[in-house]
Order: sequence, then C-alpha cells, then structure tokens
Amino acid sequence: MSDVTRVTLENGLKVLLKEIHTAPLISAWLWYRVGSKDEKPGQTGLSHWVEHMQFKGTPHFPGSLLDKAIAREGGTWNAFTYIDWTAYYETLPADKIDLSLRLEADRMANSAFDPAEVESERTVIMSEREGDENEPLFLLGEELQRAAFSEHPYNHQVIGFMDDLRAITRDDLYRHYRSYYVPGNAVLAIAGDLDTGQMLTRIRELYAPVAPAPAAPPRIETAEPEPGGEVRVEVAGPGETTFIQVAYRAPAAAHPDIFPLAVLDSLLSGPSNPGAYGGTGISNKTSRLYRALVEKERTVSVYGSLPVTIDPFLYTITMTLHPERNPEEALAALDEQIDRVLQHTVSQDEVTRAIKQARAIFAFGSENITNQAAWLGYSEMFATYDWFLNYLDNLAAVTPQDVLRVAQRYLRPERRVVGTYLPQPGEVDE
Amino acid sequence: MSRLTSVPHSLPGPDDIHRAELSNGIVVLSRPNHNSPSVVMAGYVLAGSLFDSDEKLGLSDFTASALMRGTAKRDFQQIYDSLEAVGAGLGFSGGTHTTSFSGRALVEDLPLLLDLTAESLRCPVFPTEQVDRLRSQILTGLALRAQDTSEMASLAFDELVFAGHPYSRPDDGTPESIRAITREDMAAFHAWAYGPRGMVITLVGAITPAEAVAQVERVLGDWQNPQQLDLPALPELAPLARGRRRHVPISGKSQADIVMGAVGPTRNSPEYMPASLGNSVLGVFGMMGRIGDVVRERSGLAYYAYSSLSAGIGPGIWEVSAGVNPFNVEKTIELIRSEIQQFVTHGVTEQELEDSKANFTGRLPLSLESNAGVAGALISIERYGLGMDYYRRYPALVRNVTPAAVIETARKYLDLEKLSIATAGSL
Repeated sequence: MSDVTRVTLENGLKVLLKEIHTAPLISAWLWYRVGSKDEKPGQTGLSHWVEHMQFKGTPHFPGSLLDKAIAREGGTWNAFTYIDWTAYYETLPADKIDLSLRLEADRMANSAFDPAEVESERTVIMSEREGDENEPLFLLGEELQRAAFSEHPYNHQVIGFMDDLRAITRDDLYRHYRSYYVPGNAVLAIAGDLDTGQMLTRIRELYAPVAPAPAAPPRIETAEPEPGGEVRVEVAGPGETTFIQVAYRAPAAAHPDIFPLAVLDSLLSGPSNPGAYGGTGISNKTSRLYRALVEKERTVSVYGSLPVTIDPFLYTITMTLHPERNPEEALAALDEQIDRVLQHTVSQDEVTRAIKQARAIFAFGSENITNQAAWLGYSEMFATYDWFLNYLDNLAAVTPQDVLRVAQRYLRPERRVVGTYLPQPGEVDE
Repeated sequence: MSRLTSVPHSLPGPDDIHRAELSNGIVVLSRPNHNSPSVVMAGYVLAGSLFDSDEKLGLSDFTASALMRGTAKRDFQQIYDSLEAVGAGLGFSGGTHTTSFSGRALVEDLPLLLDLTAESLRCPVFPTEQVDRLRSQILTGLALRAQDTSEMASLAFDELVFAGHPYSRPDDGTPESIRAITREDMAAFHAWAYGPRGMVITLVGAITPAEAVAQVERVLGDWQNPQQLDLPALPELAPLARGRRRHVPISGKSQADIVMGAVGPTRNSPEYMPASLGNSVLGVFGMMGRIGDVVRERSGLAYYAYSSLSAGIGPGIWEVSAGVNPFNVEKTIELIRSEIQQFVTHGVTEQELEDSKANFTGRLPLSLESNAGVAGALISIERYGLGMDYYRRYPALVRNVTPAAVIETARKYLDLEKLSIATAGSL
C-alpha cells in the first residue's frame, strides 16, 4: 500500500500519515515505547500513572483547560497504557486537529508533574485499582501473570500493586517520564481528512524543536526461562461463579509463528481483532471450544485471547464454569480439544474460514477514522507498520500443517498455567 | 491550520434518509454509504418487558435471547455457522418497550443476514434443550450481576425512583422469575407479542435505498400476525414525596458504588435539550464536568464520578454515579449533593453553557461517522418522532437553549429534598 507516508524527523520521531477522505475528521495517535514491562519490582504501575499525569497539564496547557479544549471542539481523546506501550489519541473535526498536534508536542516534554497533583492522582489510581479488584477476573489474571513469569516484568498488571502505588514518588514518575517520553521513542500516526504535504509541514514546525534524547531509553531485557512444567494457582473471593483461565506461553508478535497461532485461536475460540482497538462483532458459537464446553454444558462461556506483544506473553483461554459442573470437568473437556489439535491437522475449510473472518473485521474497522489511525501506529510498537499491512496475507499463507506445528510447539501442558477463581459464597465482611 | 478537503460536512436529513412503509406496517429506513463494503442493520419490534408479569419477569428478554437458538429452517449451529463463516454478526435483546436487533455483514452477505433476521423474528422454535442451556447462562449472568456493585446500585436506584411503576423492574428478571419461565411461555409470548405492526428496520452502508426496501420486502413483506397485541399503556409515575435511600450489601468488595438522582424528562420533551446541556455541565463535559472536577480532580476520591441523563418513551433518569472506597461513601455523597445544590441554585454560567453547546454540535460528525452511528440516529428519529430534519435542526436546537431554561429544568427534576440515593458494596 503506497498511500501511507512514512517520515522520520531528525530528532528520531517517526511519523506515519494516511489520507482518508470519507468524513471531515482526523484522528492523531502518539505512541511511546514504554509500558509496564519497563517497570522494576517496587515501581509497578509507574507507566500507567505517568499516563494519568499527562492529563494534568503543562505550563502552556493547564490541565483544567485540556479536557475542555478538546470537548469544546467536539473531539474525543483518551490514552491507554499496556504492558509494551502507552498511546494517546485525539479525534477531532478535521479543521481542529491543530489543537491535538500542539498539545501532544507540548506534553511530550513539558508536563509539570505538580506534587499536589501527583498526590491527588495517587488516590484516584488506588480507587481505579479497587474497582479492578471488585472483578474476579482481575484477581485471577493478576495471579496468573505472577505465576507465569518468574523473571520477566510481564509478571505484573499494568495498574501495579497497591503497595507500590502507595510508595511511588513524584521523582520516580518524573524520571520515568523524562526517560521514555522523547521523540526517538515515539511514533506519531495520523489518519483522516488531511493533506499530507500540509500536515508534514505543520508536524515539522511543532515536533522538530523537541530535543532528542541524549541516549536511547533503557528497556528492560529480561529473558524469561522456558516454562518448566504446568503450574496451578487458585484465588478465592466473593461470589458464586467459578472462573478458569488456562494460559500458554505464546510467541512474540514479530515471530512468524504468531500467524498460525492466530488461526488456531480463531478456530478454537473464535475470531479476534488483531488491532489494539475495536472488537470483532462476530460471535464464537461454532468454534471448537464453544461446541465442546458451552454446548456440552461444562461452561457457560469460553473465549480466547492472543495479545500481540514484544516479548513472548500468554495465549489465554477463559472459561466461566457452568453452575452444576466442577472445574476438573471443564478442564478435561478443554484438554480433549487441545489434544485433538496436537494430534490431528485441522481442515483447510477451518483455516479458510478464519481468514474470511479476519477480512470482515478489517472491512468493518475501516468505517471508522479513529480505528484506522490506531492501526497505523499500533504495529510499530512491536514490529513495523508492514506487520499490519501484511497481516491478511500472512494469515492466508497459513497451512493446516503450520497450525499443527504451532499447536505442538505452544499448547503443551508444561507450557501453561491453570488458574481457578473459587467463589466463597459464605464469606462475610471483614 | 488550513486544510484541503473534498469531504462535505453532511448530516443525515430528508434528502438522504430514505423512509418507506411496507404494506404490513414495517418501516424501512436507509442511508447509503459506499465508503466501505459493509452494511449495518438495526431495528426493533414492539415486544418488551411491559408485557411481563412479576412472576415471569424477564420473559421478553429471555425470548429475545432464544430467537436464534433454532428456527423452523435452521438449528442453532446452522444459524451461527452461516453467520460466523462470513464474519457477520446478529443479535437480539429485550428492552422495556421493544425488542431490538442489530447486525452487520459485508454487503454481499446482506441477503443472508436478512434471511436470518426474518427467520429469527418469524419462526423461532425454542428447542427445550437450547432454552435450558440458555437459562443456565442467564442465571450465571444474574449471579455475576448480584456481585457487581455498579449494576446493583443502579437496580436499587431504579426501584427507588420508579417505585410502583414498571420501570422499577429489571428487564432481564430475577433468578426466581427466570427459573419459572418455560419454553411454552416463550412460544406463547412470541405468538402474540411479535409482529410487523410498529416494527422498524434500518440499513446503512453500501446499499441503495431501493435495494434496501426490496431486500426487506423480500424477507418480511408477507409477515402478518393478526394476533399481535398492543403493548400495555405506560402508567403514570407517582412523584416521590421525599428522597429515599437504599443500600445493597455485597461482601468482600474493595469498591462501593453510589447512584443518586431523580427521574428526568422523556426523549421528545422540550425539556430534553436544556436538561441534556445542563447534565453536560454538571457531570460530563471535559473530565466528567463539575462532578468529576470536585470528586476526582480536587478530592482524589474516585476514578469515575459523572452524571448521566437517559431518556426514552417514558420518564427518564437523571443520575450521578461514582465508584469509591467504602470508607469514602458518605463523604462522596455529601460532595455530590452539594454540587447538585450549587447547580440548582445558581445554574450554569454563560461560558459553561457555550462550551457544552460547542461540544454538542462539534461532535456530530464524529458520532455519525460510522454506519452504526447513523443507524442509531435513524432509529431515534423514527422512535421518538424527532423529524427527518432533526440533525439539520440540531445546531439551532442546541443554540437556542438559555441558562434560564437550564436552571428551570434542573430545579424541576433535581429537587434536593427528593433525591434518591442507592449504594452497593461492603460498607
């Protein structure tokens, strides 16, 4: 596809632009190569907290005015912190996008991190975590990650541990910000009703003056040992519903095995959106696991998740147990299906179907400018934009033999953690 | 920055919304968009929980969920196999006044999507085994709901403000009522509640208006149901004499939820726009408006604290919601109460109102960019009788709201003495 312009400024900022003239809108995304994988023990939650502080303002754009400025123009904005990256976006009427460009250039370097604001945000984030802790699947997921990684910082959740949220200081946050929020560590991706030449001129005006970093920011490079055997964890908590998560160590996104594994996930648990943003709109009721688990009344739901990540992360299957079953029955039914894909090739029809579903997801997603802009920068975080451009072709090249091979490589029991959330209905307060 | 653009700033209006009525009463709305090779479908039939008895509350919603579990033409796996094989989606869900449906497909698969929609509406068979399986899934959903502090606070709030009115009941029922419903109940309900009268279907995407009408006519043009009953009339809501409070205890939860407020105007009331703009100032604009400013930004008490206005056929809801540490519940309630007091006493400033007005008109292109956004807009136009030119008149409707109209509406609905307050969690 030649319709994307790629430019790298002298200070290292990578820029991707795509003209889409279907609606009078522009969506601008600024991605930074920093996430919870860049956090040391005792400092978990740092990246997410920095993201919150980015909404608190700079000398030029005070925090109280930022939200109002975007809202007044009829725009929408948000930010996401993930294990590998942090992203900020604004979608605005096309003639208002300059606000986004100025704001993001400014807060790349000039956020204040006012100590009083840091303290106020500390309790906001602790409240966010308390909301998360209300959810059984958050509690289970946290244990699962802890059990799945002994060395790698993928062993903690993006929001961080409560003790760390109490202990992190303003200086910790500011240091993290100044280390990672530099042009050479960022990708600016803009799509919509724009003129490429004019947009590039404006981007140079605003972003070229941002000083380059003295050194490339340090990213934690911890090799996690290969899994040494199945691990089981249990979490007890309120409620009357049992959840089971089975997480297999998956390949990194840039590894070619990710494509056959995506096809395998699709036929096991239903199609997923390969992008960071937007769902699929497609149900999973004919997937192998739905038929074997939900239709056979072992569980009331099942879904899979294969996030694309810089380092090997997890392929996770989540099951909500049927009220009249026990976890071992559900696990046995799951294992029967896993054994099938370990021992037999899948049919070409199933592979073809997974590819058609992916094509539909791309077509639906292309209706929306914000989505298209998100796609533009997303795969730069773990590969390059070509990863995304070639995604469908790479899926289409997958053969049943490839699927068998990756099943045998990644879905062996010794590569997994099995986590169970066990409800304690009788539990009382305090 | 200047820009070169070929994109017209086009909002849906009488010249590009196509409306047709089939001979059996079905209204077909469409608006073409050939930018992507897909079509979004949305619509509703006039079957809702207003028909449900207290003993079998949730029958309408359960029935909606069961429509695709098997039809006279295809079984469950065949239905989903057809959809999933082409990456299409379709779903039905029960509400108070209507059962709504939505779906999307690549344009070449639209005939299939419409076939499945029509079959599900016209000839569902409610297989016993599928109904029982679905029942377990619904019961698990209700068990999870009972653990959800936000949902339980909302349910308790509805019970307080709509006491004695059908809106006080959850559309999806209770574990007891769901256990009491049989497949025969569903078949009977379907026979007299589903029919073409009052049905609306919208198609937006890579299809011309003439094709849209022809395609709907093909699958639904001959649908007749002489037995179709009218929904029971909505009773008057008796105003509350005083504010009420209720707590739902849920043990072992780190966060408690608060919902407080009162009833709001109906969607087609002239008070809707002043209330909506006032609500924006109170708890939406920017980072959750004044409520977000005082509860989150200045006090650091909550990750979310905002107000919302929901309006439909009958009385709406105007509420403030927040999730806080159980220890901070009373403090937060007092902060919110004092913000509401400020709001009803002094209203909004010119500047605040101008900001929200700019937001309301400025965000139209964004809310209407996708096919799903346009489909939702067309449904609202039809459902609430807003007029085909509604989105063209919208900027003027917004512009004409005065600070005096906002404060008058706020005072009418948000009477401090009559606020209802619901909380849920481990206090």
